[in-house]
Amino acid sequence: MSPLLEITGLSVRSATKVLVDTLSLTLQRGERLGLIGESGSGKSLTALAATGLLAPGLRASGSVKLAGREVVGAADRDLDQLRGKAVAIVFQEPLTALDPLMRVGRQIREPLRRRARRDGRPLSGQALDAAVLAIMVDVALPDPVRIARAYPHELSGGQRQRVAIAMAIACEPDLLIADEPTTALDVTTQAEIMALLDRLVRDRNMALLFISHDLPLVASAVEQVIVLRQGVAVESGPVARVFSEPAHDYTRSLLSAARRFDAALEGRQ
Amino acid sequence: MSDVAASPNRRRGIVSLTLMAGIMLVGLHIAIGLLTLVWLPYEPNAFTGGRLEGASLAHWVGTDRLGRDLFTQLMIGSRIALTVGLGAVAIGATIGVSIGILAAFASRWLDDALAATLDILIAFPTLLIAMLVVAASDTASLGSAIVALGIALSAIVARLTRILAKRVLVMDYITAARTSGSSWPKIVAIHVLPNIWPTLSVNFALQFGLAVIAEASLSYLGLGAPPPNASWGRMLQEAQGTVYTAPLGAIAPGIALVSLAIGVNLLADGLRARIDAARTLS
Ligand SMILES: Nc1ncnc2c1ncn2[C@@H]1O[C@H](COP(=O)(O)OP(=O)(O)OP(=O)(O)O)[C@@H](O)[C@H]1O
Ligand SMILES: [Mg+2]
Repeated sequence: MSPLLEITGLSVRSATKVLVDTLSLTLQRGERLGLIGESGSGKSLTALAATGLLAPGLRASGSVKLAGREVVGAADRDLDQLRGKAVAIVFQEPLTALDPLMRVGRQIREPLRRRARRDGRPLSGQALDAAVLAIMVDVALPDPVRIARAYPHELSGGQRQRVAIAMAIACEPDLLIADEPTTALDVTTQAEIMALLDRLVRDRNMALLFISHDLPLVASAVEQVIVLRQGVAVESGPVARVFSEPAHDYTRSLLSAARRFDAALEGRQ
Repeated sequence: MSDVAASPNRRRGIVSLTLMAGIMLVGLHIAIGLLTLVWLPYEPNAFTGGRLEGASLAHWVGTDRLGRDLFTQLMIGSRIALTVGLGAVAIGATIGVSIGILAAFASRWLDDALAATLDILIAFPTLLIAMLVVAASDTASLGSAIVALGIALSAIVARLTRILAKRVLVMDYITAARTSGSSWPKIVAIHVLPNIWPTLSVNFALQFGLAVIAEASLSYLGLGAPPPNASWGRMLQEAQGTVYTAPLGAIAPGIALVSLAIGVNLLADGLRARIDAARTLS
């Protein structure tokens, strides 16, 4: 069977710069891959290119095959069929990931209804409401009935991120892309969200592309990693090997920075 | 994890003094405008008193140089001003929002071309554009004044819509909607328009004020509604020759015009304050 996501020689260019440089990666169904690198290394652009959602000023070249279909150069109309079925994204910043003027329940309901209609089993009325609540329970949102009626600004950061995750899994994607889903959260909430993602990915047998600059976090969530530096993949392999025997100086510097940070945290306790 | 915080009702509680004053002034004109549909003190074109009479119990703000009741004309003026304001804003909003959304989605060069065109149009005074449009349609009527002002306002609305829509379109929730396969028309309807509406509505109130003043100017220049319609602008123009002997004829429509313009601006300011307060809450 062909891989779920197969990126070959992907480059992303702006008018003046090469932002992602001939990147290749493969992700099978049910696999979990980490994409790590410092801020500005091109992680988010890779995720957007994989779904054909790059900003108008950016151009992708090379090949991205999502569920066997070519994404680079494909028409929006063809991609719409693929999106929300093959792939969904959870974004970095939970504040801008939710529409500030729409009730939370409706934001989950929209992708849910769309997915159901496409599968030829349209949901509406009470069945749809019940499905929304079921997903909210699944992502462990407390008091789902009340939260469904709330606006995003009435929720905590962790709750907002749970809503964003609920919106993504409402699409029942084969691949979930999580773009630094915990960066904006405090450490305790971070751990909760990671545990939730881990459970959902296993329960629903989704593949996971986990994007982060936080090495320990990545290590706990995925099996394989790719290290990205200024748009170039400098290293890749199983998590354990990359972390125990980093082959590239950049990976080593990322690791030692993370260790120093951990040591500093422990020293304070 | 914290609980669900403030209830959305709290936002609705913020009705400032400014907003109240605006609502009252505009409401007064609306009430008068509606009243003229069913009742007037006098036949508007009947000669019901002496020429250029001062204020009296029979004629609250006197009569004009033909002996017609000025208060009756003022009341009709309210209706005309509101009609023109509403009509012009409705036309300006429809054209402007459509073009603005189109520009926000357009390819780079079409967007640049639209943006430049709008900037050039906005550089011309609203009144000048309106005069050109009226001149192009050979008979001056209430309808042509409304269309002219609506077209003149649409450029301003289009530019604002374009900027606001672009700001919304880069938000992650738009990309999220796209990844879940939502279509552009649907995204415009459920995400873009609701999110730009608060700022647009304040702008529409300001445009309304502009349209009311511009209509008075058009009428003053003889390009507005023709004679049987008593527009404040035409009342001002007719009172011009007798402003020293019968000042009320000029003062009264002046006050009517200014009070509506101020009312609309207060309303816009109050709305803006309310929206800002709601934003900081979120
Ligand atoms: N629309 C755009 N036009 C031009 N350059 C862009 C655009 N979007 C991103 N970039 C540039 O591409 C580079 C990579 O951006 P990207 O968002 O992928 O970084 P990232 O690895 O996700 O970083 P972070 O961890 O901060 O989210 C950055 O230098 C950024 O300035
Ligand atoms: Mg990023």
